[in-house]
Amino acid sequence: METVETVAANPVTFLTSTPHVHTKLSAQKAMWLVVASLLPPLVMGVVYFGLFQLVVVAAALAGAVITEATIKYFRKQKITVLDGSAVITGLLLGLILPPNFNPVFAFIGSVVAIGFGKEVFGGLGYNIFNPALVGRAFLQAAYPVAMTTWHKPAMAVDAVTSATPLSQFKFEAVASKGGIDLSSLFFGNVGGSIGETSAIAIIVGLVFLVAVKVLNWRVPLAMIAGMLVFSGIFWLVDPTKFAPPLHHLFMGGFMFGAVYMASDWVTSPVTNKGIWIYGFAISLIVVMIRLFGGLPEGVMYAILIMNGFVPLINRYTKPVIFGAEK
Amino acid sequence: MLNTFRLKGSFKGGVHPSEFKELSKDIPFERLPYPKTVYIPLSQHAGKEAKPVITKGSVVKKGELLAESEGFISAPVHSPVTGTVTKISKTAHLSGTPKTVIEISVGESTDTSFMPPLNPQRATKEELLTRIKEAGIVGMGGAAFPMFVKLSPPPGKKIEKLIINAAECEPYLTRDYRLMLEYTDQLIGGIEILMKVTGVECVIGIEDNKPEAVKAIAAKLGSRSDISIKVLPVKYPQGAEKMLIYAVTGKKVPPGKLPVDVGVVMQNVGTAISVYKAVVEGQPQIECWVSVTGGGISSPRNLIVPIGTPVADILAYCGGLKPDAVKVVAGGPMMGNNLYDYTAPVMKATSGLLALTGSETTVDGTIACLRCGKCVEVCPVNLMPTRISQFSKLQRFEDAESAGILVCMECGCCAYECPANIPLVQWIRLGKKEVIRLKQQERKTA
Repeated sequence: METVETVAANPVTFLTSTPHVHTKLSAQKAMWLVVASLLPPLVMGVVYFGLFQLVVVAAALAGAVITEATIKYFRKQKITVLDGSAVITGLLLGLILPPNFNPVFAFIGSVVAIGFGKEVFGGLGYNIFNPALVGRAFLQAAYPVAMTTWHKPAMAVDAVTSATPLSQFKFEAVASKGGIDLSSLFFGNVGGSIGETSAIAIIVGLVFLVAVKVLNWRVPLAMIAGMLVFSGIFWLVDPTKFAPPLHHLFMGGFMFGAVYMASDWVTSPVTNKGIWIYGFAISLIVVMIRLFGGLPEGVMYAILIMNGFVPLINRYTKPVIFGAEK
Repeated sequence: MLNTFRLKGSFKGGVHPSEFKELSKDIPFERLPYPKTVYIPLSQHAGKEAKPVITKGSVVKKGELLAESEGFISAPVHSPVTGTVTKISKTAHLSGTPKTVIEISVGESTDTSFMPPLNPQRATKEELLTRIKEAGIVGMGGAAFPMFVKLSPPPGKKIEKLIINAAECEPYLTRDYRLMLEYTDQLIGGIEILMKVTGVECVIGIEDNKPEAVKAIAAKLGSRSDISIKVLPVKYPQGAEKMLIYAVTGKKVPPGKLPVDVGVVMQNVGTAISVYKAVVEGQPQIECWVSVTGGGISSPRNLIVPIGTPVADILAYCGGLKPDAVKVVAGGPMMGNNLYDYTAPVMKATSGLLALTGSETTVDGTIACLRCGKCVEVCPVNLMPTRISQFSKLQRFEDAESAGILVCMECGCCAYECPANIPLVQWIRLGKKEVIRLKQQERKTA
C-alpha cells in the first residue's frame, strides 16, 4: 500500500492539454489503410494485364519514395516516407498508367508527382493538387503516345482491343451499334489503365475505406450521383449518341477517381456541404469533357480543376455556428 | 417544428470515445477517512474568490463558514472538518495555477455546526433561495457556477424549464450514475426544491448507457408528470449545456447567450443532491463525490470526499498509481485538467480523478493538418477548428474571433478526432485568452 507521502512525491508527469484520450485512427494508420485498399485494383490489374504491371507500379512507387526521401534529406527535414503518403502517391500513379507502360517514364512521373505535386508546396498537408494526378498530367503532356497506347486485357476473348470503351463511345460510335457489355466494364475485362478498369475491385476498396472511417463516403457518393444525373440527361436526349449512365460510371477512371483520387483528404474540401459541391462539379466536368471535349476521358482534369477550387469552396461553405442560424 | 427536433434528440457532430465506465460503475460510494490536513481553496467556483472570515489559529467546526461570498458572482466556503486553521497561503490548485487556500489541521472532535434544517414544503421560495446561496452551492457539472446566480434570472428573463443534467457523457466518470442509484430520493427531493424555487417543471436528461439509473428514477417518480426523464443517445458531448438544452427543448442557445435566454436553468445531479442536503440537513456544500478510475489506478473507487482533501490522499486510499500510469487528470478525460502536483486539493465541482496509462492516453507525434475535415464534422457548435487553431497559431486573433473562437466550449471532439494529432484545443484556448485580453485592452483605451 502506497502512502500519501510516496504518492505525492512521485507524480507522473506526462502533461498535455485536453483531451486526454484520442481516436486510434492516426494519419499514419489511415495512410497504410489506403495502401491496403489499393491492393484489389492492383491484383485485378495484374490478373487482366499481366505480371509486368507490377514492374510499372513498382517503378512509380520507387520514384515517389526516393524523390520524397531525397528532397527531405536535402531540405534537412525528417525523412517521412514511413508515413505512407509517398507510397500512396506512387501506387496511385502506377495504377492510373496504361498497361505495359515504360517503367522509366513511370519513375519520372512519380518524381514530378512528389517534387512538383507535393514537396514544392511544403510537403504533406500543404499541396493544392492531388500529387498523383499532377504526375499523370505531366506524363500525358510528356509522353502522349505512350499514355494513350492501350493493351488489350490478356484474358480477353471477345472484348475490345487496343481501344478503351470511352474512346469507342467517342470515336467509334458504339452507342449506335449496340453498345458495350456492362458486365465486362464492371469486372474490368476491358482496355484501360492498370488499376482502374475493374469497378468491382474499386468498390471493395471503397467499402473497406468507409468501414475503417478513412474515407468520407460523401465524395464518391456525390460524384456517382452527379455522374448518373449529368450523363443520364444526355443519354435520355440521345441514346444512340451518348453512353448510358451506368457505362459512364464504370468506364475509364471514374470509379478510381471517385474512390481514391477526389477523396484525398488534403485536396478535398473540409466541409461536408463543400464535398457535395465538389463531387457534383467534378462529375459535371467529367461529363462535359467526355461528351464534348477533344479527349475521351476527363476524370484527371476534372479533379485537378476542382482541387483548385477547394479553398474557395471551403470559404463559402463555412458552417453556420450553432445557435447563430437566422 | 420543435417536435421534429425533439424526436432527433441530439445535436450534429460529436464523437464516441470508448466509455470505460465499467471500471467503476458497480462500485458503491464509500467515505474517504478524514485526511490529516485539508486545504480549502477560496476559489472553487466561477467568479470572485471568497473572502476569509477566520484567521490563523481559529478553531472551526465542520460546516462553519470560512469565507464569505464576495460580489454577485461568488460563493461562500465552509469547513468540511472540525479543526484548527493553521495557515492561509497560496498553494497548488487543480487549475494548475497556485491559489489561496485555508489550511486546516483536522482535530479529534466530531462537532458540527450545520445550518438549521428547513422543511422544503413549508419554507418559502425566498427562504430556500437564501439557503442555497448561504450553503455555497455551486454547479458540480464542471464550470462550478454559483447556483444562486443561475436561479436569479435577470429582469425580463423568465425561467420556463428546469433541466437536470444526468448525461455524464465524459468517458470513465461514474459519479452521477452512482448518485442516481444511491441517492435517488435525495435527488428527487433536491429537484422538488429547485422546482419550487423556479416555479417550473423539470426534465432529467440521461444518456441511454445508464438504463439502471433511468429505471431507479422512474420507479420513484411513479406516475407524476411534473418531473420527466428524457433518455438521450450516447454521444459526447451530450451533457454540454447547449447540447442538452437542444436535445430536451429543441432550442438553441445563441452564441454569447446564456441558457436563461431560452428560458432554461440547468443543474447537475450532484448539485441537486447538494441542494437537498443544504435544505433538509442544513449541510453546506462541504463534500464532493469523486470517481477515482482509469487504467492506471490500483483499485478504482467512487468516493465521498471532504473538499480540500489533497489528491495524493485520495490516490493513496485507492492503492496508489500502477507502474504504467503516465498521467493524472482531475475531471473527465475530454475536458479535465492534467495534474502535476498531487498536493492540490479537490474542490466542490471535482467529479473524478483519472490515472491513465500510456496506451489509454498517448498519441503519435503531431504532423501538418491534412484537411481531412473530421474536426469540422464533429464540432458540436459548427466551428472550423482547424481554421481557428491556425489563426491562433499565426496570431491572427481578429480572424480567430470572427471565425467564432469564443463560441468554442473546449469539449475536445476536434482534437480527439484529429488524425494529425494537432493539439487543436490547446491552440484554441491560447487564442481565446488572447482575444479576451485584446478586447479588455480595447475597452480600457476606449
